[in-house]
Amino acid sequence: MSVPQQRQRTASGTPGFLKRSQPRYGEQAVKVLLVAASLVSVLTTVGIVVALIPPTRDFFAEIGIGEFLTGTEWAALFNPPEFGVLPLVGATLLITLIALVVAVPLGLGAAVYLSEYASPRTRTVFKPVLEVLAGIPTVVYGFFALKAITPFLRDHWWFDEPPQIFNALSAGFVMGIMIIPTIASLSEDAMAAVPRALRDGAFALGSSRMQVSTRVVFPAALSGIVAAVVLGISRAIGETMIVAIAAGLRPNLSWNPLEGMQTMTAFIAAAGIGDVPVGSIGYKTIFAVGSLLFVLTLVMNLISIRLVRKYREVYE
Amino acid sequence: MTTPDTSGAAGGGTRTPQVSYRQARSLAEAVFEVGGLSVFYGDHEAVRDVNMSIGDRQITAMIGPSGCGKSTVLRCFNRMNDLVPTARVHGKIHYHNEDLYGREVDPIEVRRRIGMVFQKPNPFPKSIYDNIAYGPRVGGFKGNVDDLVEETLTHAALWEEVKDKLKTSALALSGGQQQRLCIARTIAVKPEVILMDEPCSSLDPIATAKIEDLMEKLAEEFTIIVVTHNMQQAARVSHRTAFFTADVDDKGERHGRLVEYDETARIFSNPSDRRTEDYISGRFG
Repeated sequence: MSVPQQRQRTASGTPGFLKRSQPRYGEQAVKVLLVAASLVSVLTTVGIVVALIPPTRDFFAEIGIGEFLTGTEWAALFNPPEFGVLPLVGATLLITLIALVVAVPLGLGAAVYLSEYASPRTRTVFKPVLEVLAGIPTVVYGFFALKAITPFLRDHWWFDEPPQIFNALSAGFVMGIMIIPTIASLSEDAMAAVPRALRDGAFALGSSRMQVSTRVVFPAALSGIVAAVVLGISRAIGETMIVAIAAGLRPNLSWNPLEGMQTMTAFIAAAGIGDVPVGSIGYKTIFAVGSLLFVLTLVMNLISIRLVRKYREVYE
Repeated sequence: MTTPDTSGAAGGGTRTPQVSYRQARSLAEAVFEVGGLSVFYGDHEAVRDVNMSIGDRQITAMIGPSGCGKSTVLRCFNRMNDLVPTARVHGKIHYHNEDLYGREVDPIEVRRRIGMVFQKPNPFPKSIYDNIAYGPRVGGFKGNVDDLVEETLTHAALWEEVKDKLKTSALALSGGQQQRLCIARTIAVKPEVILMDEPCSSLDPIATAKIEDLMEKLAEEFTIIVVTHNMQQAARVSHRTAFFTADVDDKGERHGRLVEYDETARIFSNPSDRRTEDYISGRFG
């Protein structure tokens, strides 16, 4: 390789000899592009929020916010309409809860195994496979719930009343399976990032592998683990296809997971692809429910940030 | 320690110009007997054929240039090498006449008796209190933890400095305090042996002097094996010194070996091997 040609340099000591000697346009251009790239996602978020506001405001001008939030009857697109959103919220929360009961123990278990127990070879095989699970389209999960899990439950039910064809249990269970990779993979990343020195210190004090995992690695990785679970919850709350297919489209205020019920997302999807005239009250309902969904997710994120601040153990 | 004394005479009040050799007690009671010890990482023989015995309640220093396998040997004494998937240990290490690598031996039990302090201070990201309480708790300690924490920190000469902030994070301490906390954490488990892997290499001279003072005090009760790059430190604190070096074979791989192992005074004044003399006089390494 030839030695690069050195440009003529202003002699040290001449006035202003330390000024920039050549313009660096390229760097400016790159910076602008990078800013633009990051702005796209920020602006999209802002845009969605802004787009939600006017129809939501119009909706609440017609329907009282109290009636919306406390009403127990949802029949937004029927005549006479009912705008009590609790059945949709209840269904969303119940199915998300079922999903978490499945996904948190299994996801964290998988993460602890991969991070603390598995040999490097096992990990290099396991982790990509786990992440493939996250790439399966949710419509496939939905049909898996409807056509495999529900019939299985109905055939092998050992209590008196078997689940309905559409039910929250199958939807929640399959949704839990769906978010396992999210929770497992991100938690594993967080645990693997805990410095080896901490593990060595714990082992040198006579800890078993389980004690190292639960008492040292887990608390040190807590913020990442909570972030993983929150992301899982967000995916569960926002998940549409599985619930629309497997839990049905009938608003139903019930804590019985064996019944069919409609979640907020399922309502939005069903109303959105229906023939609701733009500007009608039904149309505005979609945005009102969307706003509520947005607020719910936001509040949950804020709570979890609080929790993490309180309990995490910061290493370096 | 009130007046930081970094002139070299860290203890005993002796005023030899550079270093003070500690008198080695007789090796009547050996804690470790090492014979024909070789350690492999995969196919690579990192250390070959080490033979030595470690005396009870003495400070044994292991010195030598980088890559000579002294840390590798140290990590055999509490089976930390078990945690490296590719590591294999050949030869014998007997601890009180029991084969450390015997079939029935539980490495967790080993590590409760043979503690370890690492090169970089590695306190847990927990409170000072919880750092001390960790080891006893995982070991099933049933007594009064508050008393144990105070007793341990006093023992490690750290109590006065931290007694008002036991619940604050250990990471808020200075590097030297963190390292003394790690030593305290180790003795809280009441081991018999403390292994130290270059405990002062990331510390300034004053913090180093405090650790050396502590080591001397602890040597009354504990057997200490310390790996160090600092020859002055070996000379100041240890009773016996092992000098390691690395042979480079025709494939360019380094194989550590023990060159000389003797009373510290002899190693530093009248070594029997030419390579030891070259190393301690600063001609290589």
